[in-house]
Amino acid sequence: MARIEVPMPQMGESIAEGTVSKWLKNIGDQVSRDEPLLEISTDKVDAEIPSPGAGVLVEVAVQQGQTVEVGTVLGFIETEKGAAAAAAPSAPAAPAAAAEPEAPTPEPASAQPAAAAQPAAKASLAASSEGGARADNGRGDSAEERLRQRSTPLVRRIAEEHGVDIAQVSGTGHAGRVTKQDILSFIEQGGAQQGREPAAPTAPPRVAAAAGGAFSADALWDVFYSQVRHPEFPAREGDRVEPMNRIRRLTADHMVRAKRVAPHVHSFIEIDFTQIDRVRSAGKARWEQAGVKVSYTAFVAWAVARVLPEFPMVNSTVSGEGVIYRGSVNIGIAVDLNPGLIVPVVRRADELNLSGIAKRIGDLAQRARDKKLAPDEIQGATFSITNPGVLGTTVGMPIIPEGTAAILGTGAIEKKPVVIEADGHDVIAIRKRSLFSLGYDHRIVDGADAARFLARLKSVLEGFPEDA
Amino acid sequence: MPRAFSPGSSRSSKDSLRTPELRALHARRLGTLAYAEALALQQQLVARRRRGEIADQLLLLEHPHVITLGTSARTEHVLVDDDMRQLLDIEIHDTGRGGDVTYHGPGQLVGYPILDLKPDRCDLHRYVRDIEAALIDTLRTWAIEAGRKPGLTGVWVGADKVAAIGVRVASGWITSHGFALNVSTDLQFFDAIVPCGIRQYGVTSLERLLGEAPPMDDVLERTARCFATTFGRALHVA
Repeated sequence: MARIEVPMPQMGESIAEGTVSKWLKNIGDQVSRDEPLLEISTDKVDAEIPSPGAGVLVEVAVQQGQTVEVGTVLGFIETEKGAAAAAAPSAPAAPAAAAEPEAPTPEPASAQPAAAAQPAAKASLAASSEGGARADNGRGDSAEERLRQRSTPLVRRIAEEHGVDIAQVSGTGHAGRVTKQDILSFIEQGGAQQGREPAAPTAPPRVAAAAGGAFSADALWDVFYSQVRHPEFPAREGDRVEPMNRIRRLTADHMVRAKRVAPHVHSFIEIDFTQIDRVRSAGKARWEQAGVKVSYTAFVAWAVARVLPEFPMVNSTVSGEGVIYRGSVNIGIAVDLNPGLIVPVVRRADELNLSGIAKRIGDLAQRARDKKLAPDEIQGATFSITNPGVLGTTVGMPIIPEGTAAILGTGAIEKKPVVIEADGHDVIAIRKRSLFSLGYDHRIVDGADAARFLARLKSVLEGFPEDA
Repeated sequence: MPRAFSPGSSRSSKDSLRTPELRALHARRLGTLAYAEALALQQQLVARRRRGEIADQLLLLEHPHVITLGTSARTEHVLVDDDMRQLLDIEIHDTGRGGDVTYHGPGQLVGYPILDLKPDRCDLHRYVRDIEAALIDTLRTWAIEAGRKPGLTGVWVGADKVAAIGVRVASGWITSHGFALNVSTDLQFFDAIVPCGIRQYGVTSLERLLGEAPPMDDVLERTARCFATTFGRALHVA
C-alpha cells in the first residue's frame, strides 16, 4: 500500500524551519498531485505546499501553528491504490460492501500502542468500540461516523490518555470533526473512563483553548504551552534507543512545561525530629493495633495541612491574569514506582488526623504501585510533597507541578551533632535532623512568605502535638 | 543576419534589455483600486501565470484606507475599535500574505508582483531580500540611503520603516502580494495599528524624507525599473 510522506520542503537556502499556518485539506480528502495541500509561513512569507502525489490525505502529523524543521514529515498521503480501501465511503454502498469478499479486518483487540503507528483513518476506526449495526459489515462504520472519528493526533493522544472513545464525543469542528476543545469539555464533564493505565501525575489538558483560533498568537501560545517537543540527538554505536512509555512521556512534557512557565525559587530549613520521634514511639502500639503504619511522610503531610491554610498564596496557583486561592488542602504525595513516579492526592488533608492521613497515604501508595489508582486520585493537588531523602539524598530542589504554587522536598533524616542550649549552656547533642526545601512559584510566593511558611512548618513539626 | 548566438553569454552584453532570453515583466498602473478587487485580480493572474498564459506582472496601485491582517496577524495590533474605523472610513481585510498587520491608503505605492520564480529563484527568503534590494535601489535614485534591519523584513531609513513587505508564494512558485512604499502617506493612520507588530520603531515616507512628495508617477516608474533590474526582467510598462 503506497503511503507517501509529505515533508516540510526546503523553500530557500537560509530557511531551516517553517510554521504550518493552515492545512488546506482535511484527513480523508482527495488530492491530486501538485494540488496545494497546506500553507506554511516563514518570516514574511506564506507559501503553499503542493501535494507530492495523488491520493488521500490520511494523516496530519504537524498541526496548524506548529513550527518544524525542514524535512520533518508533515503528513501522509495514501496513493490511489491504497487509499481506495482506507477511505472509500462505505455507507451508501453498504450492502454491496458486505457482500464483497474482503480480507477480514480484525477490529477488536486493536487498542494497542501499535495503533499510533497506523494510518490515522484506520487507527480511529479501530478505536471505535460501539458494536451493533457495524458488526454486520466487515468494515463497519458509516461515512458519517468516520467523519466524526476524524481527529488530529493531538486529540487522539488526549483521548488515549483519558481512556475516551472518540466516537462518543460529539464534534463541533469542520464536518463534525472532534476538536481539542470538544474532547476537553467531554472529559471535564466526566466523560473520561479509567484508562488502561492510571493517567499521569497531572493530566495535561487545562489550557483554555484559544478562542477563535483565527490568529496565530493563540496558536503559538498553544504550541509553547501544551505541545512540548524534545530535541533529538544522534545515537552512537552500542547505544539503545527506546520510545518513552506513556508515563515517562507525560512526565517529561509536564516537567518542561512546569519549568518553562513558573519562575522557581527554593528555600531551605533544617528540621529537628526529636519531638516527632517521641510522638511516634508513644503512638506506635496504638497504631499497630489499628493496622496503620505512620511514616515520617505522614507527620510532614499532617503538619503541612495544618500550616497551609495560614498561607493562602502557598496553596494557590497563578491563572491567566488572576490567582486561584484553593478552597481545600489537597496534598500530592510523590510515589516512586521505580521506574517512574506518580503523585496520588490526599484530598482535604486538613480534615484528617495523623493516623487518617497515614492510612490514606499507605492506601494510595500501595495502589499506585499496583497501578490501580483512579484518574481522579491523581488530580487536583494544591500542594505536593516529595521525599528525595528516602534514599539518603541530603535534599533536592523539586519542580513545582503545574497548577500549584509550591512543593516541599524532604531530605534524608540523619543523626547529626548539633549545638543546643541546656541549662543556659551551649552543648553539642546528637539529634535526628533533616533538611527541607520548599520550591515555590515566585510569581505568587515572595521569599519572605516562603520563609514564614517554613518557619511555621518547623515550629509545628518540632513541637508536634501528642494528640494529632 | 546569421551570427553565432549563445543564449548564456548575451546576458552580460550592454544590450541586455533586448536580448531575447530575458523574461518580460509587465508593469501595470492600476490607479486606485479597492483591496478586495486587487485581491481578486491577483488570484486570477496567479492562476493565469501558473498556466503560462501571461508573462510576469508587476501591479502598481494605491488602495483606499484599509487595514490588512496577514496570516500571522495579532488582533491586539489593530489599535482602533470598529466604531473608530468606520468613522475614519478604514476597511479591514484578512489576506493570504505572510506577516502581521499593516495599513494601506492614499499616497502609498503598492506593488503586487505576480512572478514565476522558477527555475532559478525558488527561495522564499531570497525573494523577500530581492524585493528589499529593489526598493533600496529605488530610494537611492533620490539619494536616500535606505537599508535592512536583520529580522525585521522591510525597508528602513534609520529607525523608521519606509516600505513594508508581505508576500505569498502559491503552489508552483507563483508570487502574489508584495510591498507598500510610503510616498505621501498620511502617517497618522499608522497610529491605528502596530505596523507588522513592531512597536519600537516608527514609520516614514518619501515626503517626510525629502521635504516634499515626488509625483506618484515618477515613483512608480523608478520602482518598476529598479524592480525589473533586480529580478533580471525586461520591463514593459502598460
